[in-house]
Amino acid sequence: MSSEWPLWEIFIRGQHGLNHRHVGSLHAPDAEMAIRNARDVYTRRNEGVSIWAVKSNDITASAPSDKGPLFEPSNSKVYRHPTFFDIPAEVGHM
Amino acid sequence: MYAQLVSAEGAKSREDMTPEENAFQDRIDRGEKIEPKEWMPEGYRKTLIRQIGQHAHSEIVGQLPEGNWITRAPTLERKAILLAKVQDEAGHGLYLYSAAETLGVSRDELLDLLHAGKMKYSSIFNYPTLNWADIGAVGWLVDGAAIMNQVPLQRTSYGPYSRAMIRICKEESFHQRQGYDILLKMCLQGTEDQKAMAQDAMNRFWYPALMMFGPSDKDSVHSAQSMQWKIKINTNDELRQKFVDQTVPQAEYLGLTIPDPNLKWNEEKGGYDFSEPDWSEFFAVIAGNGPCNAERMEARVTAWEDGAWFREGLMAHANKQAERRKAARHAAE
Repeated sequence: MSSEWPLWEIFIRGQHGLNHRHVGSLHAPDAEMAIRNARDVYTRRNEGVSIWAVKSNDITASAPSDKGPLFEPSNSKVYRHPTFFDIPAEVGHM
Repeated sequence: MYAQLVSAEGAKSREDMTPEENAFQDRIDRGEKIEPKEWMPEGYRKTLIRQIGQHAHSEIVGQLPEGNWITRAPTLERKAILLAKVQDEAGHGLYLYSAAETLGVSRDELLDLLHAGKMKYSSIFNYPTLNWADIGAVGWLVDGAAIMNQVPLQRTSYGPYSRAMIRICKEESFHQRQGYDILLKMCLQGTEDQKAMAQDAMNRFWYPALMMFGPSDKDSVHSAQSMQWKIKINTNDELRQKFVDQTVPQAEYLGLTIPDPNLKWNEEKGGYDFSEPDWSEFFAVIAGNGPCNAERMEARVTAWEDGAWFREGLMAHANKQAERRKAARHAAE
């Protein structure tokens, strides 16, 4: 049996109520140790107030080859942006 | 630098590239980042594994010369700071091993290669740290040279490597300053003996620090391909020159003499002229014949082997807990 610890992806929420953000990976035997190791490695300088640890194998990622079909359709939809509209200067800030 | 002699193939001309290789080179030239599961030439992947692996090994082996002084730091404050610094290095190793792992190699495989002497780490860590001033010199000169190399690598083409470098660079300036601060205290407020100790550290670490950038460009056969792939951003000599230009005024402030009679400001090139290190010494150290190579490898291998029961024990515990949870769920159904 290989004793190599599985890989975990670590997500940290910073101080100001932002989303958890991926900060890196680490090896740990189980979820509890993953959190402890993440505390030791990724929050050494007040980087966060909450940690998520997810087994790397449990992450489903979009395939790089699907980049075109997945993301290109939104390129032509400029009307989804607020800058698409001309608001008369008289109306002021909107 | 931390990866001083990464062997790679020569650069390919556009005509010799396959259509896939051409498209890949276009992406790099446009400044796009290459991400783990995307197509990449086999040579790019292999060179990166060697480079990032060497870099990671350097961080880990680099803990040894400094760890040597944790129990003997002169004050509790210095001890706490040095401990934090050495802990940071472990983290840097971890970020880099993780980046290498995205290329399809495991951390244990990389460590096995290091322990078998089949992968290298920076030559600088094969020199001993003989007195407390050496810890100052390591932080100031060795981490200073590392920063010189790592700052441009934040823009490297491989996404995970670039992100690891960004994290590392944030912490490196703490490392360099803690080293310089040790020497400030010794040189500006210390006794004559302490000043002499600082000069002695400078004398021994100057040339090994210059060697960290790797051989001179004219002898560095592997640079062209790596620069084309943007896994190397500046040439060895460019970085060495920058390092010297930055360091000389800092040494002057400390009142330390750089052990090079040929060191002289060159108005025309806007930089210092300086002597090359003894490259035969560099190649001897890289080949395993430096003052501390055997000691460093022995410390690494012993730590790895002595920790095996612990790694296996925690894994066995985790497996048992997972089994128990499964059984409990089963019983409840």
